[in-house]
Amino acid sequence: MNILSANKLNKTFHKNVALRDLDLEIPKQSIFGLLGPNGAGKSTFIRIVNQIINSDSGNIFINEQPLAPEHIGTIGYLPEERGLYKKMKVGDQLLYLAQLKGLTKKEAKIRIKAWLERFEATDWINKKVEGLSKGMQQKVQFIATVMHEPELIILDEPFSGFDPINANLIKDEILALREKGSTIIFSTHRMESVEELCDHIALINKAEKILDGEKVAIKEQFKSHIFEVAYTGNIITANEQFDLLSSNKRPDGVSVSKIKLAEDTSANDLLRSLMDQSVNIVSFQEEIPSISDIFIKLVQGNNVENEIVA
Amino acid sequence: MSKIGLVIKREFESRVKKKSFLLATILVPLLFPAVIGVMVYFAIEEQKNAEQQIVYVVDEGNDFELEDDKKYAFTSLNTDLESAKTTFNESEAYALLYLPKMDLKDPQGMVLYAKKNPSLQASSYFENKIESHIRDKKLQASGISEDQLADLKTNISLRAVNISESGEEKASSAGVAYGIAYAFSLLVYLFVLIYGNQIMQGVIEEKSSKIVEIIVSSVKPFQLMLGKVIGVASVGLLQFTIWVVLIFVLSTAVLTIFGLNPADMQSAQQTMSGMNGADQESVEAIMNNPEVNQMMQIVYDIPYVYYLSVFIFFFVSGYLLYGALFAAVGSAVDNVSDAQQFTLPITLPMIIGFFGTFMFVMPEPDGNVSFWLSIIPFTSPIAMMARVAFGVPTWELILSMVLMVVGFLATIWIAGRIYRIGILMHGTKVNFKTLFKWMRTNS
Repeated sequence: MNILSANKLNKTFHKNVALRDLDLEIPKQSIFGLLGPNGAGKSTFIRIVNQIINSDSGNIFINEQPLAPEHIGTIGYLPEERGLYKKMKVGDQLLYLAQLKGLTKKEAKIRIKAWLERFEATDWINKKVEGLSKGMQQKVQFIATVMHEPELIILDEPFSGFDPINANLIKDEILALREKGSTIIFSTHRMESVEELCDHIALINKAEKILDGEKVAIKEQFKSHIFEVAYTGNIITANEQFDLLSSNKRPDGVSVSKIKLAEDTSANDLLRSLMDQSVNIVSFQEEIPSISDIFIKLVQGNNVENEIVA
Repeated sequence: MSKIGLVIKREFESRVKKKSFLLATILVPLLFPAVIGVMVYFAIEEQKNAEQQIVYVVDEGNDFELEDDKKYAFTSLNTDLESAKTTFNESEAYALLYLPKMDLKDPQGMVLYAKKNPSLQASSYFENKIESHIRDKKLQASGISEDQLADLKTNISLRAVNISESGEEKASSAGVAYGIAYAFSLLVYLFVLIYGNQIMQGVIEEKSSKIVEIIVSSVKPFQLMLGKVIGVASVGLLQFTIWVVLIFVLSTAVLTIFGLNPADMQSAQQTMSGMNGADQESVEAIMNNPEVNQMMQIVYDIPYVYYLSVFIFFFVSGYLLYGALFAAVGSAVDNVSDAQQFTLPITLPMIIGFFGTFMFVMPEPDGNVSFWLSIIPFTSPIAMMARVAFGVPTWELILSMVLMVVGFLATIWIAGRIYRIGILMHGTKVNFKTLFKWMRTNS
């Protein structure tokens, strides 16, 4: 079941197309990576989901219900451009934001206390935000995003500006929230930062979706069938099954070679063939493309295509 | 609580809890009576210690016998005008009054020479003095004896009170109206300007601290804008109420401390406005003065409920109109210094309304300019408040109110459309063309 599905979304700003016929299915309890370069249309999509702006056409469904004002409490949103009221106390601020999301004052107070305890920050409650460090402010922002236990959590460039310790802390919290049933959307142009967390991915470029699916399946699809083998001795790979792309001899006498497999040749075939030769294998691994590699490959291809069309 | 209620509550609380709010709320009423107290004190002291000033008189016809009074001592110079001028220039005298030989039926050619521009008060004082002298002379010329004239004088003075009673009735009612008009239009003007700016700063703060996108994911931008406008208004109303009450209480206290009873005040006021004759009435006379009673009656007769309801209407609607515009400006810029190019076009109509009220409405409440100023929604909150004090035809008032409602609904709508886009724009160079484009964009 999908927590969110978007159907042919279009949005144009003064002749600039921000989204073109965007379809998206976000499965429940997934960690969904919405990836793409700056200006691809990610933030526009997120703002439409948050009902900050309206789409020109198309539909969005939350839990199979058309998107409506009631869904504000279902969603937790951490925008890319985020901040807090500087002169307001942390406790008052969280209370205000929680009440705006529809929590009662009483309930909100209990949760604020619990979250601050969780982050070992109970003594912040009466501090003004301007007195907090940047890292502390980010934690407060994160609490504000998830405090009302939203089913759908949308994080736009979540790790920009986070130090590694806080980033890890937040990652752990995100995984814990998913365990409890929340769905998380990451939007970022820094793909390496979320690659390990996501299980689903959509790539957006120039207002259009160019790829989506399960991360594992995508990687499978974009596998290059190149294996990196480290060994001592000599190998012969001149046949139609294997293609030796490069070979380097390291100072310690170990050679590292990249071997591309032909279609319907398996890793086992390669291993078997290597073992038949008189070499000692030190390591053997498949070169898996990163999402970033896949993205660059696709975007470049896409751009070239566009240029040709233009 | 509804979301807009939450926004109002936050805007209100965050401002009222500030130290600067407490400070301004307390200090302003302290300063105000202090300034007034000091001014009144000095005015009275000055009057007590005022030195008699010498006025030289060249009376060619030997017609005038000017009596000295508290303020002026008259010294006759039996020379021609030219040498009198020289004497005057070398002396410390305040003025030189030249009274040529004249035909009493058509008195002309009198000149008041002074080293500095004589004040309006002084010249009207001399005019009155000479006029009454000429009147006496005329009466004498018509064959009335000195004794009869003395008799007449008491009569005249009694009649003069009567005349001035009916004459002053209008004058003092105009005075009261003038005061009310002044106070009401000033209040509307100040309130809109001070709190309109606060709205703008609040919006800029939200935008520059970047909390706004978090907020608008829970609240519609229009609700946020309206909540802010109303929240700031409630802060302003609270502050104004405290000010009015404190100023009233403290002023009374200050006046009591200076030992000024109302009679003193009255005579001080009269002296200051130059209406005081040489030997004015005693305290009792003032208390029993029909003018004073008349004045009290006029003040008592003011239709307060009517004034106050009209005032509240224009106060609130004028504030909403301008407040929304200030919010729109705040949303369009990234910091306060960028806001200037947009605040001028907003404050300009208000300034026009304010000065127009003083230049056109107060002197001529029913004039053409006054009419238009009080009908057009941007200037009407200020101008109409002034006109109402002088009395205004009901249809004009209703027309003005209807246009005002249309006006503020329209500006709030326009402002809302600019605001919802503006608050999400960072680092964009904005001009009026962009604002217009935002206004027309569908969100």
